[in-house]
Amino acid sequence: MEDFFDLYRKDRWPTIFCPGCGVGTVMNCFYRAFSELDIDQDRVVFVSGVGCSSRIPGYIRADSIHTTHGRALAVATGLSLSNPDLKVIVFTGDGDLGAIGGNHFIHSSRRNADMTVFCINNNIYGMTGGQASTTTPHRAFSTTTPYGNMEFPFDLAELAVTAGANYVARWTVRNVKELIGSMRKALVKNGFSFVEVASPCPTGFGRRNKMGDPKQMYEWLKIKSVRKEKSEFWNMDPVDLNISGQITIGEFVDRNRPSLGSMLKSMMNNE
Amino acid sequence: MRLEAGTYFMQGNEACVEGAIAAGLRFFAGYPITPSTEIAERLAERLPEEGGIFIQMEDEIASISAVIGSSWVGAKAMTATSGPGFSLMQENIGYAAMTETPLVIVNVMRGGPSTGLPTMPSQGDVMQAKYGSHGDYEIIALAPATVQDMFDLTIKAFNFSEIYRVPAIILSDAEVGHMRGKFTVPKKSEVLERRMRTDKVWHDGFAYDESLVPRFPVFGRGFRVHVTGISHDIAGYPRTDPEVHEELVRRLSEKIIGNRDKISLTDIYNEDSDRFIVTYGSPTLAAMEVIGNDPSIGLLQLKTLWPMPEESIRHVAKNVKEILVVEMNMGQVFKEVQRIACLEGCENVRLLSKVGGEVHTPQEIVHSLRRC
Repeated sequence: MEDFFDLYRKDRWPTIFCPGCGVGTVMNCFYRAFSELDIDQDRVVFVSGVGCSSRIPGYIRADSIHTTHGRALAVATGLSLSNPDLKVIVFTGDGDLGAIGGNHFIHSSRRNADMTVFCINNNIYGMTGGQASTTTPHRAFSTTTPYGNMEFPFDLAELAVTAGANYVARWTVRNVKELIGSMRKALVKNGFSFVEVASPCPTGFGRRNKMGDPKQMYEWLKIKSVRKEKSEFWNMDPVDLNISGQITIGEFVDRNRPSLGSMLKSMMNNE
Repeated sequence: MRLEAGTYFMQGNEACVEGAIAAGLRFFAGYPITPSTEIAERLAERLPEEGGIFIQMEDEIASISAVIGSSWVGAKAMTATSGPGFSLMQENIGYAAMTETPLVIVNVMRGGPSTGLPTMPSQGDVMQAKYGSHGDYEIIALAPATVQDMFDLTIKAFNFSEIYRVPAIILSDAEVGHMRGKFTVPKKSEVLERRMRTDKVWHDGFAYDESLVPRFPVFGRGFRVHVTGISHDIAGYPRTDPEVHEELVRRLSEKIIGNRDKISLTDIYNEDSDRFIVTYGSPTLAAMEVIGNDPSIGLLQLKTLWPMPEESIRHVAKNVKEILVVEMNMGQVFKEVQRIACLEGCENVRLLSKVGGEVHTPQEIVHSLRRC
C-alpha cells in the first residue's frame, strides 16, 4: 500500500472530525501499521458502533459495517465465526465500548473472540456534544456533570486483561511510534486483541475543563501519561481516577490463549 | 444429516430446527428463554453436525447482532427468542430492515406484558413484530399453527428473507412450540438463495433494479461496500438529504408491500359460507374442529401476518354476513381485519379474545358464533 488514500475513501473527504480531534492521528497510525503488514485489504472487515471513532470504518476503502450503538463487538463475533478467513477490525470509543456496549466488551474478551479492537478514549460523548462517559475522570466537568463528575471511571484496558483478552495495550495519541507498534502486534494476534488510545476532544471535553485549546489537551495527555515501567501504581490503580491523576501507558498483556474460533474448529474436528 | 423424506414425531420447536437446517441454516446465535429454549438446545447439537456455527451469546441484543454480522458474510442466520428477548431485539430489527440484512427470528410468543406468563402461550406480539422498532419499515411475519407449519414456514421464512433482504419473523407461540405432533418432510423443499452481487465495484453497493432489492455484496470478496444504519445513498454512504432518505425509506417498504400477493400465505375452508372465522397460530386447531362439525361456517387461516394478506381478507369479506376473529390477545389482528373488511362493506366483524394463557376451546368459538 503506497498511499494513504489506498486505504481511505478519498471521495468522502473531508471527514466530520473537529479541529484538534485525536481520531485523525489514530487513522494515520492505523494506516502506518496496516500498510506495513501483508494483509489483503479485500479480506478485512471493519466494524464499528456509534460515535465519533465509530465513523472511521465509513472512511476506509474496504468492507465496513457501521452498526447500532454499542453492538460492534457482537456483530464482529458473528462475522468472524461465520468466515474465519476474514480479519475483523473494530473501531470504537469509550461510550460505545464502556457504557452501552460494556457487556459485549466483557464477553468478547472472555471468549477471546477473533477480532482486533481499537478504542479511542476521549473521556466524553463527543458526537452528542460533550456528556459524561464511563471514562470521564472523577470531578471533571461535562454537560451532564455541571457540578463535576461524582462517579469514578472505568479502566478499559484493565477490564480487557482481567476478562481474558490475548493482547492489551494503551497509549496516548502522543505516543505515535509505540501506538503503531502495538497496532501492528494487535493486528497479527490471534484471538481478542485490544489497543486503547487516550485521545483529546478539545470541543466536547477540553472546553469545559480549561483545555479548550488542542495544545492544552496534548499537554494534559503528556503530563498525565506515565509508562508502566515507571509507574508505582500499576496493578494497584492503573488509571488514576481524578482529572489531574495519571494514565498508565504501555503493553499490559501479550499471551496466546486459544481463540473462540480455534476452539470451535477443534470441536468440529472432534479434537 | 438433514432429515430424510418421511414422517416424524416431534415437538414444534424441534420441527422448526429441522426446517431451518433444511433451508440451509449456517449460523445461530441465541440466549435461553422459555418457551423457545428447545430451539437453541437442539441447534447446539444439530448445527455442528451440519458444519454450521452455534453460539450462546450474553443477551438477546448480542444474539441478533451476531446474526446480522453472520448474514453479511453470506451465511443464512437465525435467532430464536420470546417476548422479553424480542423486545430487546427491536433496535436491531430496524437496523436489519434499514441495511437490508436477511435474517430469521423465531419468536415463540408467551403471555405479556413484561415477564408475564413465561410458560403459557399468547399472540400478544403481532403488532410489535411489525411496529416494534422506530421509523417506517416493513418486515415479514409468518404464523405457524401446527408442527408441520413449524417445519414448512421456517423454510418459507428463510426464502422470503433471502429474496427480499428483510428480517423474517416466525410468530409461533408456546402452544405450537411445545406441541408434539406428526409432520412430514417432503423429498424436496423449495429453498431459495439471495441474489449475490458478482461484479467488482465498490461505489454502488446498494444499487437496485426493478425488483427494488439490491443484489447482495457479500463481505470478503472485494466489493468494499459500506453498510450503515444511517440514511444512505446507493453507495451506502451516510446522507442527510431529504430526497435520499425518502427514496430509501419508501423503497424499503415498497419492496415488501409491492410483493404482498407473493408473500401472503392463507388457507380458506368452506369458501361459500356466509359466516367466517378468521384466525392464525394455535387457535386454528380449535377453529378447524368447529368447521369440521359445521360446514356452514367458513375459515380463513392467516399463515402470513405481515404484510397483512389484504386480498384474502377482502375476498372473504365480500359475501359474508359476519366475521369472527379469534386470537389470543386483546384484538391485534382484529383491528386489521375490521379495517380491511370495511373496504368491502362488511361491518359485522367481531372479536373472540383470550388473554389468560389458554388456547380457545372449540366450544367457546361455537358459543361466540351462536350469539350473532
